[in-house]
Amino acid sequence: MELVEAIILAVLAASTPLLIAATGELVTERSGVLNLGVEGMMIVGAACGFAGAWLTGSILIGALFGIVAGTLMSLIFALMALGLAVNQVATGLALTILGIGLSGLIGAGFVGERITPAAHLYIPGLTDIPLIGRVLFGEDAFVYFSLALIVGVWWFLYRARPGLILRACGDSHVSAHALGYPVLRIRTFAVMFGGACAGLAGAYLPLAYTPFFIPGMTAGRGWIALALVVFSSWRPGRLVVGAYLFGAVTILQLHAQGWGVGIPSQFMSALPYLATVIVLVLLSRARTGGSTAPAALGTVFVPDR
Amino acid sequence: MQLVLEKRAERSNTIALVSPLIAIGLTIVTMVILFAILGKNPLLALHAYFIAPLTDGYSLQEIAVKATPLVMIAIGLSLCYLANAWNIGAEGQFLIGAVAGSWIAVKTQGTDAGAWVLPAMFVLAAAGGALYALIPAICKVKFGASEILTSLMLVYVADLFLDYLVRGPWRDPHGFNFPTTAEFDPVATVPLLIEGGRLHLGSIIALVVVAAAAILLGRTIKGFEIRVVGAAPRAARFGGFNADQLIILTFAVSGALAGLAGIIEVAGPVGHLQPGISPGYGFTAIIVAFLGRLNPLGILIAGLFLALTFIGGEQAQIAMKIPLDVTKVFQGILLFYVLACDSLILYRFKLVFPNRQVARGTG
Repeated sequence: MELVEAIILAVLAASTPLLIAATGELVTERSGVLNLGVEGMMIVGAACGFAGAWLTGSILIGALFGIVAGTLMSLIFALMALGLAVNQVATGLALTILGIGLSGLIGAGFVGERITPAAHLYIPGLTDIPLIGRVLFGEDAFVYFSLALIVGVWWFLYRARPGLILRACGDSHVSAHALGYPVLRIRTFAVMFGGACAGLAGAYLPLAYTPFFIPGMTAGRGWIALALVVFSSWRPGRLVVGAYLFGAVTILQLHAQGWGVGIPSQFMSALPYLATVIVLVLLSRARTGGSTAPAALGTVFVPDR
Repeated sequence: MQLVLEKRAERSNTIALVSPLIAIGLTIVTMVILFAILGKNPLLALHAYFIAPLTDGYSLQEIAVKATPLVMIAIGLSLCYLANAWNIGAEGQFLIGAVAGSWIAVKTQGTDAGAWVLPAMFVLAAAGGALYALIPAICKVKFGASEILTSLMLVYVADLFLDYLVRGPWRDPHGFNFPTTAEFDPVATVPLLIEGGRLHLGSIIALVVVAAAAILLGRTIKGFEIRVVGAAPRAARFGGFNADQLIILTFAVSGALAGLAGIIEVAGPVGHLQPGISPGYGFTAIIVAFLGRLNPLGILIAGLFLALTFIGGEQAQIAMKIPLDVTKVFQGILLFYVLACDSLILYRFKLVFPNRQVARGTG
């Protein structure tokens, strides 16, 4: 039983960065912008987050550093893709290349350092309940925040007027513009939100997942988050399911390696990436009756006068 | 004050020509600032990066050696990007090509196999790279799955597969447990052009690839189809061009070129198969393709320039202790400026003051 509990806890921890980053990207894409730079924003968030926590000794300040770093990175993207109408795919790639270089530069001085990881909640009595106690009442703050975040985003997109306007920009920027909405400004905010989430998701890795920073520690999680948004058909509810499924795949392959299944560890490590490819194929195939993607996703918009 | 874009009546050919130069200029200015922040003398750093490698024969050869994979991969990528197909997994195709070609080298090791070994390695590497690139292409065409994400995911898979081979079945039994194959036999090695130098046959192959791409794009119907499908998809449909077929074709060609670049790197400068054979060639080649304006000759020049930054970065690290990551930052910033300057080809930038009521842009 304890093993089950341990696995569930590990799955939650592995899923949380995916969920946070994918939530941000979901909002960005719902506004019609495809920011492929999630991996770059995450890795810079990880480096800055660790730097912040190491310098101040505070996990909260570390997380804020991550958020600010991710937002600043996303602003570069917004300036290019929205301000200068540059191809979004190419800009996103550039952001990732830049982010990997920057994180190496920022994090170089912190490699080998350790911090005390984020504390886990403890409520006497509740947390001690067997099996479910630690799962429900013994997580770190990031896990609870990620769930609050996705609920908030759901509420914003489907129950609030600004969310409706944001979705309108994503489905038809021409109509939204004609109605007088500032399409580019709304999209800039959406991109910034995506950057803040990616930065926080990146910061989660050295602040809570492993208490140290190593270059390239995001290991493609930003790209998996992008795939998760496709997986979710751009819906918050399905995003949660997808993120936990992927977290489960990651943890199961780790445990399978530990159990000494006769498969080389590299093949097990490749599973999350292969699963992403397979899921993308299956989902895209199932969706023959038209795409569920925001109609204006990835297209350049230059307002006429 | 707001920045507003105004569409030009037609694309500006002057700017198309000078925009990479503006981008390089802006990047160098940014680098000067970065060097100053890092507490290094900017002039000395620039000298180490861009001038020093050009002053001795060894570094010049090394630049050509580094440019070889960059140019070959970027030529393939440029075909994809021209056709509006986004292959960003060239790094994986490079690794799989290296693995596929190395298979023959490993299997013939220590036998009296003749001169057929190297050509066979090339053929197998190209085939391996092409097949690996066809996975995302077919997923795209048959199922509509985003080729961007699938091709990128396969990079990680290829990396792990190579790692498995050199730690497992292909590991050199006399290699002190290092994850590497044994050194390739002379028949499985790319011949050097200058005895005792670094320059090898691969650089000639890269030049042939550049020439072939120039002919393909400038002189053949297929090349014309590739350009039209990317630039004007509607016109291409009316013209009866098969966009799906072109995605398959451009992915296969770019995968084959990346695979060939992979085996040339392994059987040439490296000499054996091991993890970390690529310092991100597949990703840097994306920058090369854009900096070269997706034009074969431009890619050749851009490839040499990016190779210079690799060599210069190494020299700056040795001479001035500038971290190697600065090279990656430099390459990322360069791509940003290239893309921004490309925007100038289609648009005019205008600063507008808010009291003149105009459409809103970003602040």
